[in-house]
Amino acid sequence: MKLQGGKKDRSRWLLLAPMYVFTVLFVIGPILYMFLLSFLQRAEVWGVDFSFTLDNYKRILEPLYLKTFKESFQLAFLSTALVILIGYPYGYFMARMSAAWKKRMMLLIMVPFWTSALIRLYGWIIVFRSNGTLDQVLMGLHITGGPLKLLYTYPAVVVGMIYALLPFMILAVYSSAEKLDWSLVEASRDLGASSWKAFWTVSFPLTLPGLLSGVVLTFIPSMGLFFVADLLGGNKIVLVGSVIQEQLTKGRNQPFAAALSAVLMILTTLMIRLYRSVTGTNKLEGLM
Amino acid sequence: MKQKKWPFVYVGLVTAVTYIPILLTVVYSFNESKISSVWGGFSLKWYGELFRDRDLREALVNSLILAGLTCLCAVVIGTMGAVGMHRKKTRLGDAMATASMLPIMIPEIILGMVFLSVFSLMDLPFGMLTLVIAHTAFSIPYVYSMVSTRLVGMDRSLEEAALDLGAPPFRVFWDVTFPAILPGILSGVMLAFAMSFDDVVISIFVTGPAVNTLPVKIYTKLKTGVTPEINALATVILAVTVLLLALSAVIGRWRHPAERPGADR
Repeated sequence: MKLQGGKKDRSRWLLLAPMYVFTVLFVIGPILYMFLLSFLQRAEVWGVDFSFTLDNYKRILEPLYLKTFKESFQLAFLSTALVILIGYPYGYFMARMSAAWKKRMMLLIMVPFWTSALIRLYGWIIVFRSNGTLDQVLMGLHITGGPLKLLYTYPAVVVGMIYALLPFMILAVYSSAEKLDWSLVEASRDLGASSWKAFWTVSFPLTLPGLLSGVVLTFIPSMGLFFVADLLGGNKIVLVGSVIQEQLTKGRNQPFAAALSAVLMILTTLMIRLYRSVTGTNKLEGLM
Repeated sequence: MKQKKWPFVYVGLVTAVTYIPILLTVVYSFNESKISSVWGGFSLKWYGELFRDRDLREALVNSLILAGLTCLCAVVIGTMGAVGMHRKKTRLGDAMATASMLPIMIPEIILGMVFLSVFSLMDLPFGMLTLVIAHTAFSIPYVYSMVSTRLVGMDRSLEEAALDLGAPPFRVFWDVTFPAILPGILSGVMLAFAMSFDDVVISIFVTGPAVNTLPVKIYTKLKTGVTPEINALATVILAVTVLLLALSAVIGRWRHPAERPGADR
């Protein structure tokens, strides 16, 4: 008996070994190294000098970088808010459709979702470009006199962000609303609640986990999508992501990039913590 | 309750707007004129340019190899991990499972930064090897969670019965566990492939000068200036996506009726 138990345990360890080794070597290790790196100095010519310093964190407090953090969070908040406004009703309505329509809508959402994010953004470049589609339509309708030059502006970046992140919110809200027991809504309607009141007292609280999961799924990536700001915003909008990239490639300053990443990571971890304490679950709705 | 019309109108409207840029890309890919705001007549010349573009073809091949290798690594590691983790719950196991999920819980930019600094610390040559490691890291969570979900829904007594009847553990896995978790593995692979094939942010950090993936190549092309060739490329990728999705829908439809007669055999 004992031997068999030992054997079973050994096969379990053999199964787990690759994942444990990989996770320690390429997830836990690297993240710890990032925190270590953020307290080190940049070497004179190339690489890292292993001596302790707090300068990297002090540098983040400089107005220039504080402003970047503030602007990144502002853009992330604004995009997330708009994604909620557009995506929540979408996912909610979709869950109320017939099975056949659900399938069709799912396919319609999945096609852009599975196409490259870059290519989807590229379509907006055509739309927003000076004398692009939007300008031609607006000028054709005599709403505007000349080209609006919307490409490389803040609204273009916001549209790009919404576009890249909307599917996450829709799927999260949908999967939560799908599980909703609609007879509860009907019961509250039968008892005389207006449809508005029934929504806020019954449906909304029950789909809140999906909504919050959607917030996490849109807010966190929106901090890192530097290529959206890059392609649709030109050089005008600088986000934390762009600064990290610049410090790594042009600045060759790994420790400072590490400090920026560490701060960003702590802030996003706090967000997830908040999500967990509000919903009381580890699971992200709509993702897994 | 009576179904109202306006939710349909809303969903339809939003969906239509999300398709505008995609449709424009498709339309302009057949545009003769180099300036995409002017319609110069129907032409297939950008498709010709696309197929003659060596760099892009090379990048496409790289992306396919990368996504393939990534799927292979992620499936082996993720599936074995999920099966092992399911056998016995331990503290260490829970902690490791949480840690292995980190790559999809933190912003991509951080992951890219972290890999760049660690790979240069380890002195690994930047290129296909570093790309595969980084992509595997963010693909394991998809495979792991898809397989775990299937395992939770699986009837444990089947495995135990097979073991009691004297089947060696590997046979039990191959004949009982594997068929049960296969749908999970397949959807994990699909997600991992799509994520790897689409990744820009992490790839930019961990790729070497010699290896370009398709998204990295597209990104640099878009940064330097728009060429109508990209329209053609986008249309091709879109067509392949639609084809694959339609195929998986058809296969899904085939499987359902086929499963029923199989059940009473």
